[in-house]
Amino acid sequence: MTIKEKQDELISDFSFMENWMDKYEHIIQLGKELPLIDEKYKTPDHLIKGCQSQVWLHTDMQDGKLIFTADSDAVITKGLVSLMITVFSGHTPKEIAESEIYFIDAIGLSSHLSPTRSNGLLSMLKQVKLYAIAYEAKSQSQKNGKEL
Amino acid sequence: MQHVPDITVPAIDVEKIRKDFPLLQEKVYGLPLVYLDNAATTQKPQIVLDTLMHYYIHLNSNVHRGVHHLSQEATAAYENSRKTIASFLNARKPEEIIFTKGTTDSINLVAYSFGRGEIKPGDVVLVSAMEHHSNIVPWQMMCEDRGAELKVIPMDENGELIMSAFTELLTDKVKIIAVTYVSNSLGTVNPVRDIIAQAHARNIPVLLDAAQAVQHMPVDVQELDVDFLVFSGHKIYGPTGTGVLYGKEEWLDRLPPYQGGGDMIKTVTFAKTIYNVLPYKFEAGTPDISGAIALEAAIKYVQQIGVENIQAWEEQLVEYAAQQLQQIEGLRFIGNAKHRSGAISFLVDDIHPYDLGELLDKQGIAIRTGHHCAEPVMGFFCIPGTVRASFAMYTTFEDIDRLVAGIKKAAAMLR
Repeated sequence: MTIKEKQDELISDFSFMENWMDKYEHIIQLGKELPLIDEKYKTPDHLIKGCQSQVWLHTDMQDGKLIFTADSDAVITKGLVSLMITVFSGHTPKEIAESEIYFIDAIGLSSHLSPTRSNGLLSMLKQVKLYAIAYEAKSQSQKNGKEL
Repeated sequence: MQHVPDITVPAIDVEKIRKDFPLLQEKVYGLPLVYLDNAATTQKPQIVLDTLMHYYIHLNSNVHRGVHHLSQEATAAYENSRKTIASFLNARKPEEIIFTKGTTDSINLVAYSFGRGEIKPGDVVLVSAMEHHSNIVPWQMMCEDRGAELKVIPMDENGELIMSAFTELLTDKVKIIAVTYVSNSLGTVNPVRDIIAQAHARNIPVLLDAAQAVQHMPVDVQELDVDFLVFSGHKIYGPTGTGVLYGKEEWLDRLPPYQGGGDMIKTVTFAKTIYNVLPYKFEAGTPDISGAIALEAAIKYVQQIGVENIQAWEEQLVEYAAQQLQQIEGLRFIGNAKHRSGAISFLVDDIHPYDLGELLDKQGIAIRTGHHCAEPVMGFFCIPGTVRASFAMYTTFEDIDRLVAGIKKAAAMLR
């Protein structure tokens, strides 16, 4: 599935839930399915700045695609990280860097989450994109290096 | 509805009181609001809102200046508020009441003026381990400025001050003690009479942070013999941006002014300024006139209900809440003082306080989560924060039942 298709699927999943307690239940469930970060990466430089609760994020390159792992000390946050990772994991840095992210607004997360949470979510999105851009730049310079 | 203990206070008609507070009629997420964040700020009765409006429609004018009718009316209303607050605290004179922006402003005033007038390098200022940041940072800044030292009265795991350690800290170097009457994060009521007696035996003045006290229990500054006492208007059903500093006349006379400007002066030349008498010496600039007058309305409202009646009602609420919360699996209280008031802090298992707070919010229940501006307290208990439910005269047993049900539901989702 493309990043766009994954977002559309998430939006459709959430649209079936009538109230916010149900949506939270779903978010918490997604948190339980989060691919957990290796304990050795739970270091201060893997912490995302701008989150009230602690969030660690790590990325690995496998066959040209980025795989994200993460963890948080708060369960709802874990669910939100999980949403993010579901959308981005398994895509190339180029796809991630160029993607347009609309599921956060479409699900209503930006208006229903407490401001500290939605700021945290945006920090997370920014960090994922930064990782992707960094990998993309690295691979570009390697390519250029070979061609020369 | 769960078991409700015998209500021994028919003197307070909570349903009638609730009708006086427009915001309590609001719904959040389509649910009736359960407002349990009263230690952060209380809701305002209609009379306070009406007084604010009335001031701007009928009285608006600057105080202490004009000869015209309106200015005299506004001045009289502003000074009447001072008299009402003086009698509410049983101060000797209205001049001992200084209007400020709030508790934080009041403490900054005393810390600055006391520091300038009384503190030398090597002197010691005592605060307690359970202070709000606003009763730590102003003293820290002053100590840094004056070369003085800030020392801390420790507390135990129940959230009670260790009084033997306090006695040991009392040396001739100590120049002032600033402690909270009631802890905002733990609800502990401190043994302030004992603290003041021991301090006065060594001629050390005491400042009490009464931000979480005046709305919950009778406070008599003469009976306490306290030197300075501060509180915020918005936590006692008054407007935000209002506050009070009570100071004994001899202390307020002795201390240098805090801010310079209009109203606080008698005569000004470029060579020298002669400061005004109390209370104006500490009220530079145009004050929050409407706020001060509306604060009077709030205090009169409290007096009409009766602080003793409010105290009796809230004691039952705290007891009932503690009893009901205790039955939630995995819940532990943060702070378990024998004598507490107004607020209960807790955690459930290892559930993050933000998670719990967010799911309570979505059920229409407003509580506070986080460090409650008391990071040293959270550090002491090694926790990122707590969930705090805090009460007011309009809190009901049903509010507490909804809180308990809300926590159970949230905890089941988060476990």
